[in-house]
Amino acid sequence: MNSTKTLVYDGSFNGFLTAVFIGYEQKLAYADIQKKGQLQSGLFTETETIFTNLEKAQRVWNGVKNKSNSAIKNIYFAFLSEQNNMEALLYRYIQKLMGSTYKGATDFSDDCVLKINSLAQKVGREKHRMEAFVRFQLTKDEVYFANIEPDFDVLPLISKHFRNRYADQSWIIYDVKRKYGLYYDLQTVEIISLDLTDIHTNSLEKSAVFTDAEYEYQDLWNNYFKSTTIKSRINTKLHVQHVPKRYWKYLSEKKEAV
Amino acid sequence: MDFNRIKEKLNILADAAKYDVSCSSSGSNRKNKDKGLGDAGNGICHTYTEDGRCVSLLKILLTNHCIFDCAYCVTRKSNDIKRAAFKIQEVVDLTINFYRRNYIEGLFLSSGIFKSPDHTMERLIAVAKKLRLEENFNGYIHLKSIPGASDELMYEAGLYADRLSVNIEIPTISGLKLLAPDKKHEDFIKPMLKVKNEIIRYSEERKIIKSTAKYAPAGQSTQMIIGATGESDKDIMYSATHFYKNYKMKRVYYSGYVPISTDSRLPSLGSEVPMLRENRLYQTDWLLRFYGFSVHEILDADNPNLEMDIDPKLMWALRNLNHFPVDINKADARMLARIPGIGMGSVHKIISGRKYRNLSWEHLKKMGVALNRAKYFIICNSNDWERRDLDASKIKGMILQSQNGKFKNQYTNQLSLFN
Ligand code: SF4
Repeated sequence: MNSTKTLVYDGSFNGFLTAVFIGYEQKLAYADIQKKGQLQSGLFTETETIFTNLEKAQRVWNGVKNKSNSAIKNIYFAFLSEQNNMEALLYRYIQKLMGSTYKGATDFSDDCVLKINSLAQKVGREKHRMEAFVRFQLTKDEVYFANIEPDFDVLPLISKHFRNRYADQSWIIYDVKRKYGLYYDLQTVEIISLDLTDIHTNSLEKSAVFTDAEYEYQDLWNNYFKSTTIKSRINTKLHVQHVPKRYWKYLSEKKEAV
Repeated sequence: MDFNRIKEKLNILADAAKYDVSCSSSGSNRKNKDKGLGDAGNGICHTYTEDGRCVSLLKILLTNHCIFDCAYCVTRKSNDIKRAAFKIQEVVDLTINFYRRNYIEGLFLSSGIFKSPDHTMERLIAVAKKLRLEENFNGYIHLKSIPGASDELMYEAGLYADRLSVNIEIPTISGLKLLAPDKKHEDFIKPMLKVKNEIIRYSEERKIIKSTAKYAPAGQSTQMIIGATGESDKDIMYSATHFYKNYKMKRVYYSGYVPISTDSRLPSLGSEVPMLRENRLYQTDWLLRFYGFSVHEILDADNPNLEMDIDPKLMWALRNLNHFPVDINKADARMLARIPGIGMGSVHKIISGRKYRNLSWEHLKKMGVALNRAKYFIICNSNDWERRDLDASKIKGMILQSQNGKFKNQYTNQLSLFN
């Protein structure tokens, strides 16, 4: 019986793929893959620490990619969901994908496929939300700065969108939950981590970090938001469904509502 | 920049522009050029108004001074309201600064008609031109085509704008005569026709010369006001079909009339905005554009109006029970799309899923099919199906009952389309 064993990886996507590789190597039917620091091992399970190995990760990546392009996207998106036991589910998904029982990434009548698809879909939705809900504020040293607190780790997914769109301004998008951010310096996007003493939500109080004009524009935007509402058609339920309350604190137009 | 003055203008000119319901910013494919600002075509909704509409563009009038007196419009000459006008540079600055903060996808600029249609159109173009040429702005620009503007100006407008639109507003010519006596039907049609012809010409040229410049890459759209002149749903949808077909419209928008006047030709102040009707019209529009229905299948002389308590697909199905039940595991995409409770997303899932195994109720449910409606119209891999010989009114009653339990506010609140 070697089927219950916990593989502990460093939390990176490449680390996870390395763990998948090791799981395959050891012919584990079921792999309990867990992030370092979040280990919840049973009393009698054996653990093995995985050292991220780019070459091994690459081999898994290529193996999956050869099978299906949509599967590779689903795996990456679902991985970023950070859900409990997502790793084990992904391991099963990859097994199916590589094994003979596999029928296709579009087999919507298979449970495991459906679950991964729906996880990936949720992460995709969060990606879109962040592309919409990021609110930059202009600092005195001319960086457009935004804080976000997404449900899933979507920064890697939105980088390209913002780089393409805001090519002529420096910007930072910072994930306050995961404590890292993206910084575009007009050339490339880098991953940064900041010591934020003050989380710059769009609060009513002004911060000395931002320009005076910044607050004028926020004010104009709030005004615009208000005057564009048609009073005789108010539909709060629909409004909240589209703009869930947990995002409000970062949206300048919802400043007063928070 | 005098922010207080700008704020005042913005309040007036955004307020007057909000009755234009179009806020689409998709369908263009403008890329960021030379490391400039922005790109277009993602169609992102950056926020939603409290009435639940997508906010994706800065939607304002250049001015609400107007020489016309269209009864249904807040901006009409005879209306006693505050008037304001933006300078061209002010609109440019607002757009750029909102865009840089990720508030918007771009600008939707309309205007009251001051001096003359051409004079007005010229100013709108000047804003777009400045944004493109001086600011290297590649975000989305939607310009209103001013009724009566010359062909030359409409040509120029398309060089800078992603989308152009003329709102036909009143779906029938007789209604237009009644409510906007000083406007001519031809004035609306002429700019539409010019834009359509240019779009065709440019796309022909692009086939030969790849580098041909863009002309209104997101096409043109129009809007009709619903419930202002006692028109039928048939009037509206036949007119919409006409515009889709003959003017290559990308979208027709339907806007429930919001009472803004005591004019006796119009519904009185305080009458309710026909939101449910508006929603049914959008659903119908959807059926025509994506579900393969043609308009006379849904509305004709005997049935000039949609039913309000059920969606138009269900309405059609109940009138055509002879096409049902449909076998989920055999039917083609066209027929699957006609089953009530099955959206286009589910159609695709059914077609991929059934390659691997015969689908049962359980599978359909997981794919997101609304079985409470669909079950009366389908058979699948199960011995359990609706065997009773139910007539249309029975089925309708049962569906309504099952919905009432679940979504009490279906009629007033649910503005979503099909699932
Ligand atoms: S011309 Fe346009 S802005 Fe002027 S009253 Fe008529 S609809 Fe309103």
